[in-house]
Parts: sequence; structure tokens; C-alpha cells
Amino acid sequence: MAVNKDKKDRCDLSIRIGGEAGQGMNSIGSLLGKAFVRDGLHVFINQDVMSRIRGGHNYIQIRVSDRAVSCPSGRVDILVCLDKNTLELYQDGVDGLIVYDEGKVDENAPSGPKYVPLPMEKIAEDTGGSAKMANSVASGALMALTGFSLEPLLALLGEVFSQKGDKIVQANRECARKGFEWIKDRPKGPLLCELHPSGTESRRRMLLTGSDAMALGALASNVRLHAAYPMSPATAIMEYLASKKMEFGIVVEQAEDEIAAVNMAIGSFFCGARAMTGTSGGGLALMVEGISLAGMTETPLVVVDCQRPAPATGFPTRTEQADLLFVTHCAHGEFPRAVLAPGNAQEAFHAIRKAFYLAEKYQSPVFVLGDQVLNDSSWTAEPFAMDDRLGEAQSLVSEQALKDMKPYAYARYEITDSGISPRLLPGTPGQILYADSDEHTVAGHITESADVRRSMVEKRLRKLAGMREEMAGPKIFPGPGAESYLVCWGSTLGAVEETVLALRAEGANWGYIHFNELYPLPEAPIPGEISQGARLIAVENNATGQFCKLLRMETGLPIAEKILKYDGRPFTPDELKARLETTKG
Amino acid sequence: MADIDVFKSDDPIAWCPGCGNFGILGALKRALALSGLKPEQVLIVSGIGQAAKLPHYLRCNMFNGLHGRALPVATGAKIANHDLVVIADGGDGDGFAEGGNHFIHAMRRNLDMTYLVHNNQIYALTKGQASPTTDADMVTGTTPEGNSMEPERPVALAVAGDCSFAARGFAGEMDHLVGLIQKAIKHEGFSFLEILQPCVSFNKVNTFDWYKKRVYILDEATYDPTDRPAAFRKALEWGDRIPIGVIFRAERRTYEDLGGLKGSTPQKDRALDKGKLADIFKEFR
Repeated sequence: MAVNKDKKDRCDLSIRIGGEAGQGMNSIGSLLGKAFVRDGLHVFINQDVMSRIRGGHNYIQIRVSDRAVSCPSGRVDILVCLDKNTLELYQDGVDGLIVYDEGKVDENAPSGPKYVPLPMEKIAEDTGGSAKMANSVASGALMALTGFSLEPLLALLGEVFSQKGDKIVQANRECARKGFEWIKDRPKGPLLCELHPSGTESRRRMLLTGSDAMALGALASNVRLHAAYPMSPATAIMEYLASKKMEFGIVVEQAEDEIAAVNMAIGSFFCGARAMTGTSGGGLALMVEGISLAGMTETPLVVVDCQRPAPATGFPTRTEQADLLFVTHCAHGEFPRAVLAPGNAQEAFHAIRKAFYLAEKYQSPVFVLGDQVLNDSSWTAEPFAMDDRLGEAQSLVSEQALKDMKPYAYARYEITDSGISPRLLPGTPGQILYADSDEHTVAGHITESADVRRSMVEKRLRKLAGMREEMAGPKIFPGPGAESYLVCWGSTLGAVEETVLALRAEGANWGYIHFNELYPLPEAPIPGEISQGARLIAVENNATGQFCKLLRMETGLPIAEKILKYDGRPFTPDELKARLETTKG
Repeated sequence: MADIDVFKSDDPIAWCPGCGNFGILGALKRALALSGLKPEQVLIVSGIGQAAKLPHYLRCNMFNGLHGRALPVATGAKIANHDLVVIADGGDGDGFAEGGNHFIHAMRRNLDMTYLVHNNQIYALTKGQASPTTDADMVTGTTPEGNSMEPERPVALAVAGDCSFAARGFAGEMDHLVGLIQKAIKHEGFSFLEILQPCVSFNKVNTFDWYKKRVYILDEATYDPTDRPAAFRKALEWGDRIPIGVIFRAERRTYEDLGGLKGSTPQKDRALDKGKLADIFKEFR
């Protein structure tokens, strides 16, 4: 597998590929990423779409390691410049090698041991007959630069282009081979480490984005309708589901606005077909009255909020965790809800599954919080183990109860100890149901009665206790006994985990506490022995420490120290470690 | 004779005596019975307003949602179970102000459902404010100097939106209204029915007598609702004479035709294909 030149204990390379939108950075990313993952390596790919720089300049960064990686690295070991802009912007921050296309740098071509000229477009034109195949040249070159082998890439090119015919497959393979040989035959500066293929291919692990994982989680939950309005970074969920619409016989409806989307999902769930909507904070703002409607009518609802920096339009293509207090409190009135916040793609898949289960069982809105870095990044994931219980329809009237029921006697809002009123679906022979957004009687008719009001408010709120019992507590690493803990939630998991592992490797007794189920919080989510004995430092991708507020509000536990980041970028372990240095004391 | 009583609800009615809504409720009950439907086969989705209370006074499935949002809930419901007869029901404020955007897109989507709008040209639940269909210059609670805006003509909007079925009825023409509702339910695609409804408490201009003098029934033998320019002219006819009947019809593919819903298992009964799921996991390996 991976061998280190300088005998460090791990190999960990970051490859940044920059260019204009449309130059196909993503296809290089997925080719390399898959090749590495199939070989048993771990990959994390994040995207940086620089919407404010002319020319629509973007980059992707592929991090590959022999150990689990789930956050971007602060360093760049190989910079691949598909355009001149990339070279100018990033060459100074590169620790290893810089690959650039001579044809794109007309004058003052840079030189020195770290510069690796590669005529990508010329090779592509001469070999493949089209400059478009420069991606395959670059991919081949990267296989050589990292010390990897060419064969897995050739196999993948065959898979990717199989639809386009043998000629295209061969041309791309030839381009990749030329790129590989060009690098192999030329002297170049050293890298931190080199990857060496194990040569044993495994199709066990997956490489997928958080959005892919959420969409798969929805399919695995038997979602029948995804109703949404496009909004970054949630649109990829909708597009993936739309691409599987015919295969799975589901409906993906692009609503006229988010208000329509949430109401469609409610209408569908009311009639017994599992439905979901997805958006970002701005779209959720429009959905808010619908959230309250689901709460009052006790209709199951799953809402994905892929957070991005706000207020208003904010940074459309960047990341933030600033919708937490919004999703835990949005909508008028008092009713139960649940909020889940997966820390990576693996957790995102399971969070969606659990969201459908909770929503249907407790007939309440359930939110799954993503964010740009969770949703757009590609993650290495173990195969999904599925708990079939989560996929089963919940809280329906039993067959026996239905048999014993007099005609047209069903009461939708029966008062129960758990607060859960068994559901019947419209269309059930001999029965009908009334569901109402007004305060209502057990039969679902409008009422002004003070007594009924009290009993209905209490019935609805009783469901929160049931949900609370189903919530997983935080992951506490390495368990009790550390001197200090970083406390985090959602997508900051990767950077926090890596930072803590690095600190522990240096002999410092650090730990972390990660929450991926945020509301309702268990009674004492952080055990007393930790909260009273250890130093707690919150790490959040927002400006006001929203989780600290939520934790204090729900449990009374204060966290005084915070490391907050609100520049639209995700944490990197290097940065987090440096910030910790300055807060120590 | 169809059994109308099967659609009778025990819920006490909270409308003003003499309200035009009583006529609409009676007509709907008769139309449902004459269409040969059972209560469990019908879902009425409403928003908020006096009109939106209607499904409480019927025995059939009901979702009484939010102001302006009947159509998107009805859309989701119909997608979930296309075997249900889905009727969205509401008033002019509900449907044309708060819900105006949904109306435009429901016409485009062309799901097989029916939309009934009781148009009394006023907000009645909130006690007399101008609605999108209130006449210009009319004095209301929010327009003490007279309404400065021209009224929307909903059927004209429907013709412009290529609505596959657009009609107008009158709460005072019961038999005709029953027939229109039956046609609207039978129509495959999105059917829109504006129902002129006098409000005895807050609209002292467009009264029962006012309508009675003006409303006339379109002659089906001579009027061709498939001629779109003619239908647009007919939809704009308002004043001394107000036509009622099927004003516009368009041959359109339905949402169900396009979405693979028609003639197949309703979404609510479809199970997950675990084999296919296992296959798509492979795409990521």
C-alpha cells in the first residue's frame, strides 16, 4: 500500500486541481478518488467554488491517505493548474509539486524543481484528437506523480466512457497513458510520501458525496415523493433522485417555491406515501408555516436543510453551521420536532433513514441538517448496514382495530398516553379522516373548547418524551478520562477528530464529544464526570456558538470556551490546532 | 336516486344564514353522489377562509390546511394516491392572493384534480377586506376610499394558463352548478371551477339579486370552449352580462400520463426494490 519516503507514520497527500468551471475538475476527482478507494486507500474530496473571482474559478482538492480522512487538509502537495489563474493564485502555498500546462502560460514560464510542466491540451489533441481529453492526461500524470499505477485508471476510463463507444474509451486511455509516461520519464522534486498500489482491488467501500448519501438514504427509506425547489447546496439531492425516478418509480417534483414543496410533501405523507423536501436556510425560511402545519395536523415530514452562510443570500457556494437554532425553533407555536446532524456521508445516510422513522412514528417534522461541506464533498464510506425496522411503516391503526371499528367512526386525533394517535390513510374502505390546522377535536373538527385545547396541546407535546428516548447521545472519544474535550456537532467531526488524534499522538490527553442527534437532547448528554471535571471547548462553524446556547437552554450546561469559524470555509486540522494554541491557558 | 345523505357530516355549520356557501355545499354533495362516489374515495383539501370550512360539513376525507396552500397539499396527496378523487376547495383571497402562484403552476402541472373557488369578491372570515376579485372603487375595511385596483378575472387567467378545464358557476343556479362540478370531477386533468357566491354580510354590492340579473348559462350547442381566443373573450365578459358554464377546455397530457402514475400502483402502496437499491450502491464503488 502506501510507503513513506521520510518514514513518517502515514501517507497523506492533498492534490488541488484548479480551473474554470466546466474544465472537468470533478471528473478527475472521481476517477482518481475511485481508483484510490478501490485500492483500499481513503479519500476525501472537497470543492471550492470561488464565485467572486472572475472567470468562474473553481478548485477541487483530493485528499488521499492510508488512514481515514474526513476533512480537507491545510496543505497542498500537488497543485494541478488547468488554467493560468490557478497557478497565479496558489503556487506560493504549495508544499510539493506544481503541474501546469506550458501552452497556457505564454511567458515567464515558471521553473525550478517543484514545477512540472505538462502539455495537457497538446497531448490530448495529438493523442485523442480533442483538447477535452486533457483531463485524462492530467489523471494519468497524477497516477505517476503520486507513485500509483496506471491500470486502475485505465479500467475506470473504460467504465466511465463505455456508453460512448470503444473509440472514445481507447482515446482517453491513450491520453492517460501518455500523461503517465510523460511524468515517469522526467525528473521531479520530492513529495511528502508516495502511494503504492496494493494491487488488490476491493469494491467494498464507497466514495460518495453527502448529497448522494442523503438521496440513497431516502431511497432506502422508500421515499415516494421528493418535492423541492432548487437551492444550493441541496439541489444535488434532488438531481440524484430525479436521475433514479424511472428506475425506482418515484416522483421528484420541482415545486414553484419552497412553500409549495413543503405542502406537497405534507399532502403526500398524509396520504401514506413517504415524502421529503430539501433546501438551504433561505428556502427553509419560506417553508416555516408548513413546518407548523405538519406539527398541528400531526403529519410526518422530513426536511433536509443543507446550510450555507447567511443571512439572506449569503455565500451560496460555501459552508456554515448557522441554522441550528433556526431549525430547532422555527415556526409558530409549540409542537414536537427532531433535529439530526450527521457528521459525514455514512452518518448522513443513516440520519435520513432515522428521520423517516421518527417522522412517521411521532407524526412530526424531522430535520436533517447538512451543510455545503457535508453535502458537496466526497467521502469514503463503509457499506451501509441497514436496520430494517427503520424502513417499516409506523404508527398505523392495527388491522384488528380497523376490523373492530364502526363505519366512518375513525377519530384521527385519539388521545393516548404516548401522544401518538394511530394513523389511518385516506382511501381506507368504510372510513374517512379529518385533519385540521385549526385546533381540533379528536375527530379533527374545529373547536374553541378550552378543555380540548389543553388536552390536544398536551397530547402533541407528550410525543417529545418518546422522541427524546430514541435520540442517540453524543460520541465521546476516547471515553471519559481525558483532560480536555472538543465539543462539536455535524460536519466539523472530521477536523475535530483528526486534531484530537494528532494531540493525543503528541501525548496530550485530549478527547472529543460529537453530537449527530441534536434535538430533543437527552437529559444529561455529557456525563457529570466529564462536564464537571474536564475542560470543554466548543468548535462550531458559526459566529455565535449556537450549539452552546442550545445545550445550555436544554440542559443548563454552560460551555465557556469556543472556537468559532464563520468565513464560509470548513475547519482544517492544522487551523484548529493553531487556534487551540491561542486559546490554551 | 343517488344517496346524498352518505356525504352528510354532523359538524355544526358556522356560516351566516343565507350564505352562498350553503348552495355550493349542497351542489357538491349532490355532484359527489351523482358521480357514484363513496366518502372514502374522496379527499377534499382546503386552505383557510369561510369557503375552506366546507369539507368539515361533508363526510369524506379532509385536509384543512393553511391559507392559500390547498393546491400544493392536494398535489402531494394526488401524487401519493392517484386513486383518490382529489378536490381542492377555497375562496378568492385564499386562492388568488396568498395561493396565486400555486394556481398558475397547478394549471401547468395538470394533475387530475378539481379546484373549486368560491368567489364572493371579499374577505369574509376576517370581516370584510378587499380581495383580488373585489371590484374597483368598492369601499371595504382596508379600502375606505374605494379599492384602487382592478379585479382579477380568474377564468381569464385560467385561459391564459392553458388550464385544461376552466368553468364558472353560480351558487344561485344549483342544478347547473351540480352538473359543472360533475364535469369538473370527470375531466381528466386539472379542472378549475370559479363559483360566484354572494356574501350576505360583507359584500353589499355583488348580492344574490345583482348576480341573478346578470348571470346567463352558456349555450353548449353554440359555444365552443376549445376555441382559445373566443374563450378568452368570454372569460373577460363581466358587467351587465356574466356567462356561466364551461368556458375553456384544452387537450393536454396529464401529470399522471407523464409521470408513469396512471393505471399503476399508487405511490403509497409501492414497496422499495431492495435489489435495485443494492445495484445503485455499486455505482459508488
